[in-house]
Amino acid sequence: MSAASPASRWRGPLQLVAKRIGLAFVTLGLVSAVIFTISGLLPGDAAQELLGQGATPEQIAALRSEMGLDRPALVRYFGWLRGIVIGDPGKSLVANMPVADIISERLPNTLVLAGLTTLFAVPIAFLVGIWSAVTRGHAADRALNIMTLAMVALPEFLVATIAVLVFSVKLLWLPSITIVPQDPTLVEFLRAYAMPVMVLGVGVIAQLGRMIRAAIIAELDRPYVEMAVLKGVSQPRLIFRHVLPNAVGPIVNAMALSLSYLFGGAIIVETIFSYPGLASLMVNAVTSRDMPLLQACAMLFCATYLFLVLIADTVAILANPRLRQG
Amino acid sequence: MSSTRLFRAVARLPLSGKIGLVLVIFWIVIAAIGPFIAPYPPGSFSNQEVFSESSSEFWLGSDYLGRDVLSRLLSGARFTVGLSAVAVAIAASIGTGFALMAAVGPHWVDELLSRAMDTLISIPSKIFALVLVAAFGSSLILLTVIIAITYVPGNFRIARSLAVGLARLDYVEVARARGEGRLHLALVEVLPNMIRPLCADIGLRFVFIVLLLSGLSFLGLGLQPPDADLGSLVRENTSGLAEGALAIIAPAVAIASLTVGVNLLIDAATQGKAR
Amino acid sequence: MNPAPHVAVRNLSVTVRAPDGSPLRIVDDVSFTIQRGEVMALIGESGSGKTTIALSLLGYARSGAKISGAITVGKASFGGAGQATLAAQRGNRITYVAQSAAAAFNPSRRVIEQVIEPALIHGTASAAEARKHSMALFEALALPNPETIGSRYPHELSGGQLQRLMAAMALITRPDLVIFDEPTTALDVTTQVEVLQAFRKVVREQGATGVYVSHDLAVVAQMADQILVLNRGKVREQNSVKAVLETPSDDYTQTLLAAAQPVIKAAVPTVAPTAVGAAPLLSIEGIHAGYGAIDRNGCAAHPVLTDVSLHIGRGAAVGVIGESGSGKSTVARVVAGLLAPTAGTVSLDGEPLAASLNRRTREQLRRIQIVFQNADIALNPAHSVGEILGRVLRFYHGSSSHQARQRIAELLDLIRLPAGIADRRCDELSGGQKQRVNLARALAANPDVILCDEVTSALDTVVREAILELLAELRRDLGVAYLFISHDIATVKALCDEIVVLYKGTRVESGLRDSYAAPPFHPYTDLLISSVPELRTDWLSSVGPQASARFAHMHESAALCRFVPRCPVAVAGRCDVTPPPHRAMTAGNTVLCHRTESELTGS
Ligand SMILES: Nc1ncnc2c1ncn2[C@@H]1O[C@H](COP(=O)(O)OP(=O)(O)O)[C@@H](O)[C@H]1O
Ligand code: SF4
Ligand SMILES: [Mg+2]
Repeated sequence: MSAASPASRWRGPLQLVAKRIGLAFVTLGLVSAVIFTISGLLPGDAAQELLGQGATPEQIAALRSEMGLDRPALVRYFGWLRGIVIGDPGKSLVANMPVADIISERLPNTLVLAGLTTLFAVPIAFLVGIWSAVTRGHAADRALNIMTLAMVALPEFLVATIAVLVFSVKLLWLPSITIVPQDPTLVEFLRAYAMPVMVLGVGVIAQLGRMIRAAIIAELDRPYVEMAVLKGVSQPRLIFRHVLPNAVGPIVNAMALSLSYLFGGAIIVETIFSYPGLASLMVNAVTSRDMPLLQACAMLFCATYLFLVLIADTVAILANPRLRQG
Repeated sequence: MSSTRLFRAVARLPLSGKIGLVLVIFWIVIAAIGPFIAPYPPGSFSNQEVFSESSSEFWLGSDYLGRDVLSRLLSGARFTVGLSAVAVAIAASIGTGFALMAAVGPHWVDELLSRAMDTLISIPSKIFALVLVAAFGSSLILLTVIIAITYVPGNFRIARSLAVGLARLDYVEVARARGEGRLHLALVEVLPNMIRPLCADIGLRFVFIVLLLSGLSFLGLGLQPPDADLGSLVRENTSGLAEGALAIIAPAVAIASLTVGVNLLIDAATQGKAR
Repeated sequence: MNPAPHVAVRNLSVTVRAPDGSPLRIVDDVSFTIQRGEVMALIGESGSGKTTIALSLLGYARSGAKISGAITVGKASFGGAGQATLAAQRGNRITYVAQSAAAAFNPSRRVIEQVIEPALIHGTASAAEARKHSMALFEALALPNPETIGSRYPHELSGGQLQRLMAAMALITRPDLVIFDEPTTALDVTTQVEVLQAFRKVVREQGATGVYVSHDLAVVAQMADQILVLNRGKVREQNSVKAVLETPSDDYTQTLLAAAQPVIKAAVPTVAPTAVGAAPLLSIEGIHAGYGAIDRNGCAAHPVLTDVSLHIGRGAAVGVIGESGSGKSTVARVVAGLLAPTAGTVSLDGEPLAASLNRRTREQLRRIQIVFQNADIALNPAHSVGEILGRVLRFYHGSSSHQARQRIAELLDLIRLPAGIADRRCDELSGGQKQRVNLARALAANPDVILCDEVTSALDTVVREAILELLAELRRDLGVAYLFISHDIATVKALCDEIVVLYKGTRVESGLRDSYAAPPFHPYTDLLISSVPELRTDWLSSVGPQASARFAHMHESAALCRFVPRCPVAVAGRCDVTPPPHRAMTAGNTVLCHRTESELTGS
């Protein structure tokens, strides 16, 4: 019955968040083990592969010890993990330069593309989601539902192809390759990014919009909503004051998924538009079987994913009085 | 009796669901009989002209090497549909099998499986598939297995929450109190009540798999020549993009009509139940 | 001559679409009027259209429902033909108290914000005035700490408190009409009394006109002036409370009245407690049990049962009562082997049973069967009735399919269902039919004892009486024993020879049925018995306010009597210091209390 003091009021949620952070690190550790096992231990001998069929056993042995492949698996794993943690995941086998340098060159591009797409797509997704939730079952909702359903299922290269055909081939408005000039003017900048942002945005709007709709509708079916209606609460107040605060958890979670998709999942879009981001870098690493680069990219994407989900969890905990009070 | 029930269920579907159903049936039929109705062998250079327009001889024109697009599409569709179907079947069997073990087995089995699957699910599926392809390559069988493995954790998560919810219900408790074994609990008491929602999940996962597979093939990391799925057809013909060639549009639209069709059908079927 | 009625409903019908698409009338041509300042009760079984009528007074229909007919409340009417529509009066002149307050409060907002929200959005008061008014209402509703209780979140409050807070929310705009929709159905009886007393007080003080929806005639008798009896959407009888209770004219009303006081015709003469020395059929000795991880001392993380013992003779019926959460179901789960106790033993015919299921023999399992409360989830919807019963027969008796078919027909006959039902799936059956099948599944094992966990609680009164009758017949004809769990003392008294009272996982009293007719009782038993509403209009007034507990500030403790914080007769220096003893009373019952027999008789 006694009111908790301000300090102790925050202890519950902080403990909960701290637990989530710990859990995220444990998961990341397990993920690193999975990735290293798959890409570093299972595929056989990297030295053999680098040197090709013609190499003598001595050459192979020499390269193996140079690459440290003759050490026990656990030692190799922890060596690799240490490299990742201190920000030096080794040297690229193909480009022959530090992986860290390659990644740090590409990272800003990915962040710009992801950021622009977020700015473009998230507000529209909210509009779509809220609008179809409040018009549930009516014509507007049904039309939006079919549209987003189709957009979710379209392969990205089809959307990209159509966009190129329309805007580059037929209308000649936009370039079909995304090259960002040095010191661009705002118009140049927007023109350069218009197509990849549009294509990525289609997927995000559809996916996120549908999840927002689902989250709101799940709340609309709860008894407190009927009670609010019977109190005479207006529709906007119902949505913004009563329903959305309760739907924060699933919505931020959906946003975390969308953002992580933008960060590491833009593989097709980056490839089609020859955009120098991290996703296309990872594809190159797969094609050239450049394992150190591949592993670093994979770890970066997984860490981002876990980080975003962690943020979403934290927001959900703080938004929920029951969890907030431990 | 059950066929009239099926018929009535179909009749009750909204228009979008009927369209979806037609598309799905169309692609199943094409996957089954496609190669037999193809006008040309898929690999033969039957046309002098590359990227030709649609004509009475070549309904969908020719590709970048002068091959008949329709014939290649018919054989590509079999790869896309077949491989995805096999992969989703494997993924769902493993995922749902694990889920049932987690639901009726001892607590530690659930802990262990959930922990492992939570780890795997933290690797975004595209990234996971890429790492696996880089490590093991992508022969037809490997590709199927890789894609199946990629989607096990997702199916497990859904199936586990269904199964754990059902296993708590009183009718399972009653069977447990009767002394029934775990296999009976899983297969007779729990599984039959999961089938409907699971079907929806499997359908959605099939769509993801089709998209992932064609994405990989589009990047050149999926099916390797001479085999070609619909994604490979798009990749082969990217040089025709500037002319808007049918050879690139047709396979892309084919994939879209398959995935959109499945989605429309599932959406209509699940909504019909909720209403 | 009467002034114009405040509420007038004429030819109200509400239509929905049945699952197969055909229109279905859930309210059929209902007309009534309510005078200003009167309370009208709508009474009927679940599905009789009570809530639908109540909601239509707010101009509200749940999705898919269509209202037709004329409704006026004051100057507002359904179509807006008066000065306003009913919908515009929602939350302002006409307000609503929902059945489950726990679900009807928004979980993420503080209670006070929700309580004063109607006043703010309808502009009937400023925020400061509304707060002040709400505190006065909290006070009038006997809520603890009226100044601060509003700053809490719904999950921090109990069901009874939330229900009263919701009444405050309904009264904050000083409405002309308040609609109470089964406001105490989700509460324990002991809480129900307090809430009813609070409601009646404020309704009288405010002179509000009211509609009170309930399935419980005895509750309605306390709250209403007029009663409208509904059955399947139709009005069966409308009259003053006194007339309905004393001279019901409609046969359906008579059935309802009869079912409210169950008398079982097939009653079995009380089975004498097992003779000294002979082992009872089933005995439970010193059980401790709980949920969650078990610590080093062998205690569960969430302990539920402490030292519970009881014995069931062959063919006897032992009732277990207690409020929700008192551990009744946990007792059944321990006996069935679904939950291993942390201490204590369960024995069958004097032979100890293994704690966990998989170490009991199939024969031991067969002899103890369990039947759960909610037949909707106790029968697997994927199987037909025949498959469900057949499985038990094959499992325990190895019956061939021919034998099974014959036995299924016998079983269905035993529970008074047509043989054709064997081919039906359970989701096609009615609630009462499902509960019968649920029983038949237990009977298929030919058990010695059936654990019935709240088997009648989810049923409507009329169906409940039929199931109780069936249980009594089965016991008489088959000699099966029951461990009968219920929160309703009237039901238990009707069926059982012996009754055990659980409070927070401890056995506070046990004894033969007759010892529950008059004191001495355990103080909790006393509260329980005196809280059951009786079918007379002056019952609530005669109960008087609940005596205050002198140790209300104390926390419940496992080392003391758990009832201390609520006990009106707790003794300082004893109850707050040492655990109470089990005392044998001359009437044969045993009571866990510091008070002596004479003290308890006097209280
Ligand atoms: N599976 C469970 N896990 C944790 N706590 C439980 C579980 N089942 C019941 N409880 C708790 O045990 C207590 C007693 O529950 P129960 O035996 O169901 O009481 P009753 O049948 O009298 O309502 C309650 O506090 C309840 O919350
Ligand atoms: S032991 Fe004391 S507190 Fe407990 S019931 Fe008896 S009198 Fe009340
Ligand atoms: Mg219970």
